[in-house]
Formats: sequence, C-alpha cells, structure tokens
Amino acid sequence: MALETNEIQEKLVATFGSDVFQFNQEKDIFSFEVAADKITAVILFLKNDPVLRFHFLTDLCGVHYPDNEETRQFAVVYHLHNWYENKRIKIKAFISGNNPEIKTVSNIFLSSNWMERETYDFYGINFIGHPQLKRILNMDEMVSFPMRKEFPMEDSGRTDKDDRFFGRTTANC
Amino acid sequence: MSELLLPPEHRYAKIIKERHNEDGSELSILNLGPTHPATHGIFQNILLMDGEKILEAEPTIGYIHRAFEKIAENRPFYQITPLTDRMNYCSSPINNMGWWMTLEKLLDIEVPKRAQYLRVIVMELARIADHLICNSILGVDTGAYTGFLYVFQFREKIYEIYEEICGARLTTNMGRIGGFERDWSPEAFRKLEVFLEEFPVAWKEFENLFERNRIFIDRTVNVGAISAEQAMAYGFTGPNLRAAGVDYDVRVAQPYSSYEDFDFIVPVGKSGDTYDRFCVRNAEVWESLSIIRQALAKLPEGPYHADVPEYYLPPKEDVYHNMESLIYHFKIVMGEVPVPVAEIYHPVEGGNGEIGFYLVTDGSRTPYRLHFRRPCFIYYQAYPEMIKGAMLSDAIVILSSLNVIAGELDA
Repeated sequence: MALETNEIQEKLVATFGSDVFQFNQEKDIFSFEVAADKITAVILFLKNDPVLRFHFLTDLCGVHYPDNEETRQFAVVYHLHNWYENKRIKIKAFISGNNPEIKTVSNIFLSSNWMERETYDFYGINFIGHPQLKRILNMDEMVSFPMRKEFPMEDSGRTDKDDRFFGRTTANC
Repeated sequence: MSELLLPPEHRYAKIIKERHNEDGSELSILNLGPTHPATHGIFQNILLMDGEKILEAEPTIGYIHRAFEKIAENRPFYQITPLTDRMNYCSSPINNMGWWMTLEKLLDIEVPKRAQYLRVIVMELARIADHLICNSILGVDTGAYTGFLYVFQFREKIYEIYEEICGARLTTNMGRIGGFERDWSPEAFRKLEVFLEEFPVAWKEFENLFERNRIFIDRTVNVGAISAEQAMAYGFTGPNLRAAGVDYDVRVAQPYSSYEDFDFIVPVGKSGDTYDRFCVRNAEVWESLSIIRQALAKLPEGPYHADVPEYYLPPKEDVYHNMESLIYHFKIVMGEVPVPVAEIYHPVEGGNGEIGFYLVTDGSRTPYRLHFRRPCFIYYQAYPEMIKGAMLSDAIVILSSLNVIAGELDA
C-alpha cells in the first residue's frame, strides 16, 4: 500500500494547519512550503509519524531569491525520503533576506550537520542551535557568502575573459 | 608538552590537560594530511592520540573546492557536464548520464531504448572501474600490492572503451541531451567483448587473493564498523550503507534508464565493517558484469539519441548545407534552448551512493540553482566517529574502504 500524497497532505494540514501550504506535485516529487519557525516540528513529525516515516534526509541546500520581497529572499530546501514506501518529498522554507536564520535539524538528522554548515558557508544562513556552525568548504577568513546572487563569479576587473554571452550577469539576467 | 603547538582555546588542549592531571597520560596530536600518500586525496584530519590509539579526530575539508555550483549558475546546460566529470572522477560517466537524465526529466524527453541500454552499459563499466580502484587500493593499504597489479590494467581497458565511445578517458564528458553524440563503433563493442572475457578471470583471482587471506581479514574485520541505524542517520547510501545491511539501491528503488529490464541482486553485508564493504563492492562488480551481459544480449536496434532537434546538435555536414540545422546548431552552442521553469531532483546510483541533482530553472539559459547531492560529502562526516578508538593504521584502511573521493567531497 503505497503512501499517497493526499494522505501526507491531510495529515500535515490536520496537525499544522496553515503553517504548511503550497502543496503541489512537481514532476515526480511531492513538495510543499513550511513556515520557517515550524520547520523542526514539521520535520520531526514527518520522521516520527508511524504512517509517514520520512526517516532519511537526502539533501539539504539553500537557494537565494534576491528579487523576492524581503521576507522570502532565502529558501532552505529539504529533500526527505521514506524508504519503506519509497516516497520522496521536498520541503521549502523561505526566510528573511536581511536576517536569514532558521532552526537547525541537526538534532533530528545527524547527516544534516555538514549540509547545514555548507549552506551557512555559501549563503550565510544561520542555523540556530547548530553545534558547530562554521565554514566548511571555504576558508575561515572569508567574509562574503559566495553563492549569493550578488557575489560575482569573476573578478570584475578582468578584461581577458568575457562571460557575457554564456552566463548570467547583471546585464543579461 | 604540546602546549606550544596548540592555541589554548582549542578543545584538544583542554582534553590533554585534563587527562594529564587525571592519570598522568601524555596524549599527543597528529596531523594526518592534507597531503599524505596514504590518504589518496587531500583530506586533513587532526587526530588526538593516546599512543597508537585515536581518541578524537577533526576533519578539515575543502582543499579542492572549485565552486562548481557557482560556475554552474553561469554556464549553459550542456557546459555543466564537464563539471560533473570532476566530482567523482573514478566513475565520471555515471555523473554525466545522471546530469543528462536530469535535463531529460526537466524537458520530458523520451530516450530511445538503445540509448538507454548503452547508458546502462557505460554506467556499469564506470561502477566496475570505481569499485576496482577502491578495493585494489584497499589491498595496497593493507600491504597487499599484488592484487592491485592484477586488476589495475583493467581500468585501462575500461578507459579504452570510454575512448572509443566519446574520445576521452578520465573526465569523459560523455553523451548529450537525449542520448549519445555518436553511435558506438564496432571497435567499442569488440573491446567490450574482450573485457568481458578477460576481466572476470582477473577479478576471480583478485577475490581469491583477499577473501580468505589471514592478514587481510585481521586488518579489516571489525575495523570501522557502523550499524545500519547509525549509517542511515549519517546519510550513508551506496555500498557503504549496503555493507551495514540495508538494501537501498537507487537502481531498484527508482529505476532510471531501463534498469527495471535487468535482473540483478543487491548485495548486502552484515556488520558494516571494512571487510563487508570490500565484499559488497566485490559482489557488485559481478552484478555489474551480469547487467552488462544482459544489456548486450538484449541491445535493441534503433536510434542512439532522441529526436529533439532543439537540444541535440545536428550532424556537422547538415550545418553547412541546411538552414534549419544551422539555426539549431547556433542556438544550442550559444545555450539559447527553451527550458521550462521548474524544480526537479533526479538521483542516480553512483559508485559511492546516491548522486542527486537538484535543479531550479527560471527559463533562462543557465540553471538558477543547481545543487549536487554528493554522497561522499554526506557520509564523510561519520569518519571521526568511525575511527574513534581505532589504531592509526586502521584510520587509513577505513578511509580507503569508504572510498572518499576528494573531488566529490569538495565539489
């Protein structure tokens, strides 16, 4: 008996009401949004509920949307997987652009420790309660968060290389 | 003591002091890496040691971080394949095919059966190459050089097959959206036949050298064991998870590229130790060989790529004589292909586990966001836990049995 998406949706709405919204099926993945302050509760519920059993955190990453309104400029994306029923879901939590912070899930999924550090490293998203939130792939002395859209990929002083025709620059995107 | 070397706020400094006051033991600190021939890649681990025994480890990663995700946001889709090559460079075709399949899922492209089967063949060859390197290097690390010499020439044979398919050897950049850039030459199939004939003999010999070898068993059994619960909590996938007894395999759970057409078993271990990881990889190589044979036997005739002129480069002679082809050629090369606004995630079973591509598009010629789920990065965080209480030489063996590839770890 496969786990149906409407069952997931009903259970979540029954428990969290309007804090879970925007349910939709994107290609093969069922996805929805969560109010950022409820993220740990929702993920804990998804993990521990005897029917849902989303026990495996596949992926965690950040996305930057600088063109959104201030409260939705960063998103943290969680991919959860239920191996018993072989069901994947994607959860998105939007957070503020000026003060990006969200509660950590590293006490629920051990594997999220480094993934959250990576997200912090590249987006500057502060994971509240993370045991060791420091840079992981970039060097500690770095001051900027390089995956933010405003961070240029090339040194702007370079003239020997022109990415205008291939890439996304401020002039053409 | 080592007070001079260590800033007093470092957590090791506190432990050393406490232990010294407690029972007079003199703990020492060992810097393993970043460049050390035994670690097969650039990993640094600062170990707190009590004699030969490791008490704590603190890994530092990122030494070959190349900002692939940032580069990917500035490149058209077809130019991202070379980046995927350089993640797990021991099995680049799997990454390439995974990326093409992600795009095909995005664009709803149906790939012809022949191309799917050819992809399966090349992905399984890549898996063999990956496991072959991991297991034979594990042998080298335990002092058995001979097995490595027996099987390593077959990696060369696999690379020759790659060369026939796409012209490259290590960083293959193989395939296109919708299939392959050209059909496989008869020479490629001939080399594959020779490989299928010669390799099992050598692999059997390799197995015989190790599986009941007293020294190898002593060095690997109960070394770096991890329980199934712990492995899942740490996000293990692939052979390392299966060695702990969980039969999760993306090829079975979510078959892609017609894996459902083939008959194979998912080998699992029991204790999740180094020996089980070795055995699971060995068994997987046999399964891969069987899949390749099945795919060759069932290989259908037909086109080797999907008919998608908007995404698939036209033949060069048509570009010179045919206006339409010229337009398509120009648009594809400049990256001006129509792409829907979507968010997708596509996983494939790589050499080390689930390689996932999370792609966000906004309709422009580059990804808005591309995140690679790199299995190495996720399971390497369990390494300090796994080597706690082990000997220094065990740490080396555990590292190579986990098959941590620096390129994939750091992306």
